[in-house]
Amino acid sequence: MTTNYHISSYCKIENNTLQLNGATVLEMNDVLFPEFIKNASKTIGLEYPKFFKMDNLSKLAFLGAEAILKDNIDLENENDIALVFANKSSSLDTDVKYQDSISDSENYFPSPAVFVYTLPNICVGEISIKHQLKTENAFFVFDDFKPDFMSNYASYLLESGKTQKVLCGWVEYYKNEYKAFVYLVEKSGTIAHDKQNIQTLYNQ
Amino acid sequence: MIANKTIYISDANCVTPLGFDLEANWKALVKGQSGIQFQEKYGNLSSIYASIIEDEKLNESFLKVSNENTFTKLEKMLILALHPIINKNKVTEKSVLILSTTKGNISLLENQELPIEEAQLATLAKKINTFFGFKTEPIVVSNACVSGVLAVSVAKRMIQFGAYENAFVIAGDEISEFVLSGFNSFQAMSSLPCAPYDESRNGVTLGEAAAAVYISSEKPTENAVAIIGDGAINDANHISGPSRTGEGLFKSIESAFKDANISKDKLDYISAHGTATLYNDEMEATAFSRSHIDTVAINSLKGYYGHTLGASGLLEIVIGLQSVYNEELLASKGFKNSGVSIPIAILKENRKKEIKYFLKTASGFGGCNTAILFEKIN
Amino acid sequence: MEALKQELKSKIIEVLNLEDIAIEDINDNDPLFGDGLGLDSIDALELIVLLDKEYGIRLADPKQGKAIFESIETMAAYIAENRTK
Repeated sequence: MTTNYHISSYCKIENNTLQLNGATVLEMNDVLFPEFIKNASKTIGLEYPKFFKMDNLSKLAFLGAEAILKDNIDLENENDIALVFANKSSSLDTDVKYQDSISDSENYFPSPAVFVYTLPNICVGEISIKHQLKTENAFFVFDDFKPDFMSNYASYLLESGKTQKVLCGWVEYYKNEYKAFVYLVEKSGTIAHDKQNIQTLYNQ
Repeated sequence: MIANKTIYISDANCVTPLGFDLEANWKALVKGQSGIQFQEKYGNLSSIYASIIEDEKLNESFLKVSNENTFTKLEKMLILALHPIINKNKVTEKSVLILSTTKGNISLLENQELPIEEAQLATLAKKINTFFGFKTEPIVVSNACVSGVLAVSVAKRMIQFGAYENAFVIAGDEISEFVLSGFNSFQAMSSLPCAPYDESRNGVTLGEAAAAVYISSEKPTENAVAIIGDGAINDANHISGPSRTGEGLFKSIESAFKDANISKDKLDYISAHGTATLYNDEMEATAFSRSHIDTVAINSLKGYYGHTLGASGLLEIVIGLQSVYNEELLASKGFKNSGVSIPIAILKENRKKEIKYFLKTASGFGGCNTAILFEKIN
Repeated sequence: MEALKQELKSKIIEVLNLEDIAIEDINDNDPLFGDGLGLDSIDALELIVLLDKEYGIRLADPKQGKAIFESIETMAAYIAENRTK
């Protein structure tokens, strides 16, 4: 199928490595996710105290988005960039943490700051807030990455005129296992926006 | 490519504490009954109100559909809701199941012997998908409290795009200590049954329910509505608090009207979100006023069912459609005196009214909002 | 009282994940919300949990929080007077 839209930029975060458009920006050895993502935030020059209040899923999604958006946001005007994100484990990692806080009636202190992250779409809210994206947004859950669906939904938003650009993301985090693949779809660019290319970039 | 074809909702059902089919629910609603009841104790919580489905009754009804006993309560609710729709509308090679839920089988986490994977939302979707013999992979929409409305939008969009022929959209969430304690920690629980838009309101009452609809491009011959516009736009303001200006909801409504290309004065009815928290209801009144639809008859159904989270949007669409077909709007239960700063036309009692255009809205954590416009066809 | 204030600062930094803020950075009379430490509504809810968990104080009305959480000074004074553990 031909397409008028392109993937103009993409970012991957996995195995203690941050890559932007295929180039490695940061690589670390033998660190757990929290330490890695903190370093990654410094590497891309993020200064945003709220970042450290986020749960791991939000940190992962936020940073993947940030690596792309920091160079693609027009600070003077409203940015019409929709957010379409998905993953496998929803917010289960934080769900388990929250459940632990209520499972012992002797030590029963449900935390609102943990509870708020027991919804997977909070990470999309975090990205929207940072870049003031008052745009179409959705969060989906699949048992694995679905380039077909991601490309269909993004294409619908673009072709219907609901948005000018779409930032898509697969952001999976569960018990220190993680992978983020975030990419920006718009008119300009060199990589055609189709499911084969999306799958290839995801696998690379 | 997006085909210029009209998408319809032609079948609907729901499973709630007020009944296990649409007819039973409508009868109870017209009489003003509510599923919300006082709960002496729920886990570590005591003296709360919630709208809960009785296990025994559910199991009894479920036996009429299947005698397998491997299903959780939520799965039984979802299967019961979808079953009559599947009987009437065939699942084809290009049918898709879309599940809307926020927490799915979250209560399985209470049993630490179970593998955690059991609580995955995709596992839940697969189970329902297999039960009804769908040939395509299910889609789970988990976008906080707008999920149920957004799932209908997603179905409409993907059918128009040609990805599927038709969609069976189901939505469900159950009451659990997990969500009760969470809302409680947010100081967001009402001490009495929730009272949306009322001056006395002081928070949400939670509930559980499942709902289901059939969506396709086949022109229906019986009662049906067309989905004529939709939008799902973020506030970009706060992850748990609604925007003071109602920006995302306002923009979602405008986006839906732009699609539909109808004037605002044609709108007959708004089924709003109305959670009965101070800020949500105020935010909605602000957004409706900004959209100049503040004089349109409006209600919240939370006083009947509580806030059923990922189920609420779809459940409220299903009941809204009954109002359209039966030409009867329901009172916004719990409302006596306005407690929002901008006057909106909240229904104090049931009212007979012919409805052609109906707007459903929802808003939720993460700053999300969704609006859909429906037009009565038959 | 001084020890309690230091303890509070350290707990607030930990519980609210205040990255790059040290105990010395928080003055006893700095406003915790708004311009001061820039805490928000979720942080306020979390401070209510902290009062309960660490000092056995349950606020009857969460609206009380506003006055109590004005600064480290006001928080420490309230805790010293009302703590049950």
